[in-house]
Amino acid sequence: MYYFMQAKQNLSWKIGGEAGFGIKSAGMMLAKIFMKTGYETFDYTEYPSLIRGGHNTYQVMVDDLEVNSVTKGVDILVALNKETIDLHRAELTVGSMVIYDKDKISNIRAIEGINFLPLGLTTLAKQAGSELMRNVVALGATLAVLEQPRNFADQVVRETFGPKGREVTKNNLQALLLGYQEAKKVYQEKFKCFLPPKQKNNNILIAANEALALGAVANGLNFYAGYPMTPSSSILQYIAGIAEKVGIVFKHAEDEISVINMCLGAAHVGARAMTATSGGGFALMTEALGLAGITETPLVIVDSQRPGPATGLPTWTEQGDLQFMLHAAPGDFPRIIMAPGDTSEAFCMGAEALNLAEIYQTPVIILLDKFLSEGLSTVPEFSTQGLKIKRGKLLSQEQLNKLSKFERYKLTADGISARALPGMKNGLFIANSDEHDSGGYSSESAQNRQQQVDKRAAKLQSFAKVMPEPIIYGNPKAKKTVVVWGSTKGPVLDAYLLLSKKQQSNIKILQLQYVWPLATNFVSNVLCHSKQILLIENNSNAQLGQLIAQETGIIIKNKLLKYDGRPFFREEIIKALSKL
Amino acid sequence: MLTDKDFLTKQKPTWCPGCGNHAIWIAMRQALAELNLDPHKVLIVYGVGCSGNDTNFIKTYAWHSLHGRALPTAIGAKLANKDLTVIAMGGDGDGYGEGLGHFLHAVRGNVNVTYVVHDNKVYGLTTGQTAPTSDRGFKSKSTPEGTLDTAVNPIALSLAQGASFVARGFSGQAEHLKNIFKAAILHQGFSLVDVFQPCVTFNKINTFKWFFDKLYNLDEKKDFSKNNFQQALEQSMIWGDKIPYGIFYQEQKPEYVASTPQLQGLALVKRSMKVRDITKLIYEFK
Repeated sequence: MYYFMQAKQNLSWKIGGEAGFGIKSAGMMLAKIFMKTGYETFDYTEYPSLIRGGHNTYQVMVDDLEVNSVTKGVDILVALNKETIDLHRAELTVGSMVIYDKDKISNIRAIEGINFLPLGLTTLAKQAGSELMRNVVALGATLAVLEQPRNFADQVVRETFGPKGREVTKNNLQALLLGYQEAKKVYQEKFKCFLPPKQKNNNILIAANEALALGAVANGLNFYAGYPMTPSSSILQYIAGIAEKVGIVFKHAEDEISVINMCLGAAHVGARAMTATSGGGFALMTEALGLAGITETPLVIVDSQRPGPATGLPTWTEQGDLQFMLHAAPGDFPRIIMAPGDTSEAFCMGAEALNLAEIYQTPVIILLDKFLSEGLSTVPEFSTQGLKIKRGKLLSQEQLNKLSKFERYKLTADGISARALPGMKNGLFIANSDEHDSGGYSSESAQNRQQQVDKRAAKLQSFAKVMPEPIIYGNPKAKKTVVVWGSTKGPVLDAYLLLSKKQQSNIKILQLQYVWPLATNFVSNVLCHSKQILLIENNSNAQLGQLIAQETGIIIKNKLLKYDGRPFFREEIIKALSKL
Repeated sequence: MLTDKDFLTKQKPTWCPGCGNHAIWIAMRQALAELNLDPHKVLIVYGVGCSGNDTNFIKTYAWHSLHGRALPTAIGAKLANKDLTVIAMGGDGDGYGEGLGHFLHAVRGNVNVTYVVHDNKVYGLTTGQTAPTSDRGFKSKSTPEGTLDTAVNPIALSLAQGASFVARGFSGQAEHLKNIFKAAILHQGFSLVDVFQPCVTFNKINTFKWFFDKLYNLDEKKDFSKNNFQQALEQSMIWGDKIPYGIFYQEQKPEYVASTPQLQGLALVKRSMKVRDITKLIYEFK
């Protein structure tokens, strides 16, 4: 007997097993298959910091509507080992299904309301050519349970294994078929998730790391130095992979200190430079962050956050670096801190950050976290229409020729001085880590010091006047305000949409895309006119809350904080919002 | 025709009278002038220390870096604009203490950058502590009983790491130093010029006289060839009553920029910057 619930047009699918079982590739293929059938997907992986063994999962959310979060609940659990069932049985909801490898797993304890589908995944995989293909057999079985056509799956298998040769592709197609047929034979019931193919849309499947990199590439990035650090490494790898083709200089340097100084050297002579790291690597960069500030050199740094301090939880997620980014490096200097809330925003901000760095001649930091950095999701195909390369007050040789005297750090009203590049005639200057005068020469004069500090600070004030306002979702007049930044946007918006219309009408969500400078007046105004405020952050100290208190004087007492290395699951947010 | 005066700024050097840095300052300006390199075509990246104060005294494009970090900055600049003559200037504490890792990795990459290290075997700007190149037993403010550490040997280290140009100069021989600078700048690849430049205020051991008594010129040594790696390595280990200086080794090895396909043709920063068409890149995500 099989358990059945009312049909729904979404799916939470999870596959689990050891590293090396092909957990990730199966998950990515499933996401791609559903993207091709016109559905929206969002992926989430859990894996320990090791290469073989350990427990790994890959979760794919499939939905009729846009999806930017995961649920704790799982509809189909694919178990390639027994551990997967033991660890995730509590996530199964009534009518859910466990597809497991009966060749490897025995003595399953039945669970009330849960369907078990034992299949000889190992036998079938061997039949197709190799035991390694258990993941693809399971994928085939999943599609059979969901009554999906096979054509999209075949296409995705071909795209995935094509580069590995005809033999590998053929075997995997066979594995897919065998899994599909076997599941059809054993299970002929209706499943609770009903996902008929839809109209093809124009979506792509991409994670925020690659999206951000693409945005930067589109908008003129031509220099990237990097050092790998999870969860930022896929930015480095993506750029490295396309560097030669698109004409980007890519350097894998010896450490993060070298990385940032190389980027500064390149930016100083006119390149559009970017690097990405995680908190620990950023810690090594901090002295040079200040150097970018005092030399007024454009630079974009991506910090893909993971739980710290020190090595922390290398492969898990947290929003714990905000206060560090605000204060990193000795002394006062301007910096801009952006926090994309989803993959599409990551693309836009990757492009925009390069412009801002050059316009304001100062470092721009983009905060991501593991949840966004590595979570694939379907998004409308990126467009470069509307992108424009803005280089600020960068002088041309003709403009320099007309100047009787060029002063790189000349005092100006907006704090931004004209910039020449080494190699240009008539533009000689010193980019000086010592405090300097308007020509760049070291100066310890009290008056000059004050003027230069004020000049640099003025740049941030100039930006604050023109920066985009924070975003409000929901009813702008609602008296209950939920405050989010970065990756918490997805879970909060997804949860919000599941509330009743009445609940929704009472709530608005305030998202800060630019964390620094803070839109103080805007935030203050919104919060002052709210009767209830809920701050949601993926860290233990309410770091945005601290910043808001510092800038507006408003202390948000009602907080939902999470710092166990996991992202917010949709259920948790629904519960919190329902209490408002 | 350029002269060393074309490389003077309005600022006067602030080093102690008799400091070895003066000769480096003069020799570098002369070398640049004799190579006919216009000030605007040269970028000098300075470290932090007495050497770094040179930033204000040589008229070229300049970047005053962080302590120990001159090399990565210089490499980044050269990769982005290969048309610039890029020189990194640092001190022994700067380059062989904080920056030793960058130094060896710069040797590996062989980017066409000239690295001049002001080596006085003591920390000058911080008023007299032991340096990575101080000999064992050297007494200083940080090692009042004498240092227990063995001195870094930059010549042997860089040779062992595969450096393509390795030289040692001496502030007491400015003409010779100028010629080494010229050869190093002309060399297509990473070049190290370690320069003995006595600190007259804080190092009472390694004085001008100390060096004059010991130094012998490799150019004048019979049967020595700067293209012979074994000989170079052997000479690099000589330290005591006699100390060699001059060009230890030079070899043409593949240079980084020349080996990077996307850096052929126009220098990176001289190409027009346009919004890129990413249609083809997006294909893999469909």
